[in-house]
Amino acid sequence: MEHLLSLFVKAVFIENMALAFFLGMCSFLAMSKKIKAAIGLGIAVVVVQTVTVPANNLILTYLLKEDALAWAGITGVDLSFLSFISFIGVIAAIVQIMEMVMDKYMPALYNALGVFLPLITVNCVIMGGSLFMQERDYHFSESVVYGLGSGVGWALAIVVLAAVKEKLKYSDVPEGLRGLGITFITVGLMSLGFMSFGGISL
Amino acid sequence: MSASTKDLLTKPILENNPVILQILGICSALAVTSSVKVSLVMAIGLTLVSAFSNFFVSLVRNFLPGSVRIIAQMIIISALVIVVDQILKAVAYDISKQLSVFVGLIITNCIVMGRTEAFALKNPPVPSFLDGIGHGLGYSALLIVIATFREIFGAGKWFGIQILPVATDGGWYIPNGLLLLPPSAFFIIGLIIWALRGWKKNQVEKEDFKIAPNSIKTQEIA
Repeated sequence: MEHLLSLFVKAVFIENMALAFFLGMCSFLAMSKKIKAAIGLGIAVVVVQTVTVPANNLILTYLLKEDALAWAGITGVDLSFLSFISFIGVIAAIVQIMEMVMDKYMPALYNALGVFLPLITVNCVIMGGSLFMQERDYHFSESVVYGLGSGVGWALAIVVLAAVKEKLKYSDVPEGLRGLGITFITVGLMSLGFMSFGGISL
Repeated sequence: MSASTKDLLTKPILENNPVILQILGICSALAVTSSVKVSLVMAIGLTLVSAFSNFFVSLVRNFLPGSVRIIAQMIIISALVIVVDQILKAVAYDISKQLSVFVGLIITNCIVMGRTEAFALKNPPVPSFLDGIGHGLGYSALLIVIATFREIFGAGKWFGIQILPVATDGGWYIPNGLLLLPPSAFFIIGLIIWALRGWKKNQVEKEDFKIAPNSIKTQEIA
């Protein structure tokens, strides 16, 4: 249990997806103009990440890994080179299914997430989460915790950046640095702040 | 080479750089740039994937129903990325280990997807192929510039060759360790944007709010 808790803290702070691995930067920078939109996208990422990482973990363990097909009587087959294509397929399918389910049963949440859901398919955080899970050989329980943690970490980062940017609107930024430039510098400073979590050993 | 072909290849490098202006493909631009060698491999990989995925998507563009185009593009792109990944693992295993998940993340790199969606679906194969290469080059140029900066000042090396003699080996240069850490990539990209926009004024973004001139001061001067 303690091991899972430290994995969670590690995924949220020390190995923050956005600020330490630069994942999901495109939407991170484009969607952080308003706090409200940032919160919506953040929640969507947390939900999708928590579902897709464990799902991909199951696919990997029972279908793709070396000798994983032993339960079906097939041995000596290593399909792990197919992991990229199956991960992205799973992600796209899950996002699509979630969209339909939410539309039917949770219209309020569906409207709140709105345009963000389809965008998430091509968000590197989701794909990156699954790939890190593969690289680090997480078990099923670890993958659930890691999915949740990395999603929460990313959501935290985007909401904080949106808050900073809302205040920044009123400042007098040098001409060439306006917009994207100053955003990068701000994210750099935030990332520097998050580096200080690196000293925590869990 | 006709003018339009040249435009396809060179425009994305300075005038319409995919990373700086279109905010595409930033994730990997930052993460792999702590050494030039790794960035170069990543840049070549992305350029190839971008060029060929544009080419293949453009080949099938007339048979592709609009409703399934995204997933079809995804499949084409991820098949190409698997090829790149397998080749890297076979030829340059060390570098593929250093790139870790970032080769796989070419799939979700917005440059590739963005170009197939915006260009390849509407244009014939050969211009699409060139457009892919052009955007790949724009990405590569930026990647190499950042990596050069980070490696020379962060480790005193370029392509692994010692350029500035480091203090720990009896030289005079004390490496700036910050440049090897993730935040420095953000700062460098921000400064590059500043420099590029200072030079090409038309890329400057409009202000959301115009700051009114300081009224007290102007009165004093008057």
